[in-house]
Amino acid sequence: MGEVLVLVEQADGVVKKVTTELLTLACSLGEPSAVWVGPGYSTAAEATLAEFGAAVVYVAESPELAAHPVAPKAEVLAHLVSEKSPAAVLVASTADGKEAAGRLAVRIDSGVITDAVAVSPELVATQSVFGGSTVVHSRVTSGTPIFTVRPNSTPPVASNGAAVRSDISITLSDAARKASVTGSTVAVKGGRPELAEAAIVVSGGRGVGSPEGFAVIEALADSLHGAVGASRAATDAGWYPHQYQVGQTGKTVSPQLYIANGISGAIQHRAGMQTSKTIIVVNKDAEAPIFELADYGVVGDLFAVVPQLTQEIGKRSA
Amino acid sequence: MKIAVCVKQVPDTWAEKKLRSDDSTLDREAADGVMNELDEYAVEEALQLGEAHGAEVTIVTMGPERAGETIRKALSMGADAGIHLVDDGLHGSDALATSYALATILNGRGFDLIIFGSESTDARMSVVPAMVAERLGVAQLTFAQKVEIAGSDVTIERVTDSGYDTVKASLPVVLSVVEKINEPRYPSFKGIMAAKKKPVETLTVADAGLDMARVGASASWSAVVDFAARPPKAAGTVVTDEGDGGVKIADFLTGQKFI
Ligand SMILES: Cc1cc2nc3c(=O)[nH]c(=O)nc-3n(C[C@H](O)[C@H](O)[C@H](O)COP(=O)(O)OP(=O)(O)OC[C@H]3O[C@@H](n4cnc5c(N)ncnc54)[C@H](O)[C@@H]3O)c2cc1C
Ligand SMILES: Nc1ncnc2c1ncn2[C@@H]1O[C@H](COP(=O)(O)O)[C@@H](O)[C@H]1O
Repeated sequence: MGEVLVLVEQADGVVKKVTTELLTLACSLGEPSAVWVGPGYSTAAEATLAEFGAAVVYVAESPELAAHPVAPKAEVLAHLVSEKSPAAVLVASTADGKEAAGRLAVRIDSGVITDAVAVSPELVATQSVFGGSTVVHSRVTSGTPIFTVRPNSTPPVASNGAAVRSDISITLSDAARKASVTGSTVAVKGGRPELAEAAIVVSGGRGVGSPEGFAVIEALADSLHGAVGASRAATDAGWYPHQYQVGQTGKTVSPQLYIANGISGAIQHRAGMQTSKTIIVVNKDAEAPIFELADYGVVGDLFAVVPQLTQEIGKRSA
Repeated sequence: MKIAVCVKQVPDTWAEKKLRSDDSTLDREAADGVMNELDEYAVEEALQLGEAHGAEVTIVTMGPERAGETIRKALSMGADAGIHLVDDGLHGSDALATSYALATILNGRGFDLIIFGSESTDARMSVVPAMVAERLGVAQLTFAQKVEIAGSDVTIERVTDSGYDTVKASLPVVLSVVEKINEPRYPSFKGIMAAKKKPVETLTVADAGLDMARVGASASWSAVVDFAARPPKAAGTVVTDEGDGGVKIADFLTGQKFI
């Protein structure tokens, strides 16, 4: 079986859950190698990559690689593709990941499939398109197959890898240096799982009514150790930060459980949550289109239903 | 300054989208075509930057005959000219082919800014802007929620998972914008009348100097093996709250082992 490159996603040196999922997927396709781009590689990161099966970790540590957006990742991967001739390249389906995959595809003149939810050992990708209404199987027909894979598509399974470190140094192209990151501003609240990766997401919409109203949404999310999401109506109103918007122009989430509170279910919202495995809806309007997606729905006032649910969960998990 | 905006015609947001059984491409005949919603923000940003810095705004689209409607719409919003790449040989082009075609048309025309939407609502790939930047070798400033230009310096706020990054480059740049950036204007009656007289250049694959072997379905780097409509989701249970709605959801969640 051939080598499968997995681009590592990390925040402050900590490997993200989606990378453990991609390594698990890579184990089923061939021999997984992790690719670390930027400074901050640590023994903790190495331990995580080893735990999920990375046989080799290519480490490209130059600080310069983090000083420019996207292009350095594509250039490190392109270098490895030409050196190692891997069977496939896996990248997380995040905004950055998709762009890096796109640039890589151009650089190595290979096909790229985005937003795969599965990849078979024959390298046939499964995609769920048009808001989940159509399932497509596709394959790359030219070059080294590149797949971007949605978070939460493969349950991570531990599998011992040696995580042998191999240092990579490349010279960035002039084009990659043309854009520079000069600052980073963090707007999210800490303490909860990351929205795109969370197994449980509790969302609030216009029905939540105010920034204070989100306290009931947060309390429910915390009782389930889930993340908080919001509709665009709620983020546009300034009730909750934009980073938590779920939908077409926000995050695409595919958790085990999605609880929509006071959200009508506009097509742009559905585009970002329709593939959630189990969907619960609380809305006072029985005609709200979001009920079409509900596995279980309650027509009622969220300010009565949600706190009662939170309390009940507290009792039952005590 | 010269600004290009790449816009795509897509099936109406609310229309049911499906793939054609003959060649597995999106059935564009089945629904009304509209300008990709997210590209309206790109057009608006171009117009605002043009008003602030003095610029000519050219709309660029690749698509069938009727995609010309989308150029007209942008012209009626206030853009100055259009370029329409239209050729049957382009049918079935994937993102690599599309980015190759767009980069080829854009190259050498002296554009300082090339603006994209952040995603097309049909393909939903969000890769074409990055691919075009890679092909042209110009700076990529994408997912911008704010753009500032001072002289030849461009600074954007790039939306990230946790907030935003400040990213800088010098002109020329490839820009993509997110929907938070502005509020697109509606075409005025005057704008609609004026648009009729604005120049639109139509190009074929040959006119544009494109390599036939690199565009269209036969050139594509990926292929659909098969597809199927997902069976509609079985209807769930919906109850009306009678004071015990929260408990009922808890019962359901317990049954599903979430609690
Ligand atoms: C280009 C573009 C991109 C967009 N992208 C996104 C996106 O990424 N994500 C997104 O979410 N939207 C997006 N939208 C907006 C989308 O079209 C809708 O406007 C938005 O999703 C509506 O949010 P909502 O459901 O919270 O509000 P509404 O549609 O106003 O629905 C509020 C719901 O709350 C219910 N309600 C009110 N009070 C209570 C209560 N006390 N208890 C229970 N229920 C109550 C009401 O019955 C109603 O159904 C986009 C729109 C455009 C044009
Ligand atoms: N056929 C096309 N013609 C012009 N611009 C396009 C075309 N396809 C994509 N784009 C641009 O690329 C952006 C991202 O598209 P995508 O990568 O398909 O999600 C869109 O918002 C448009 O600005």
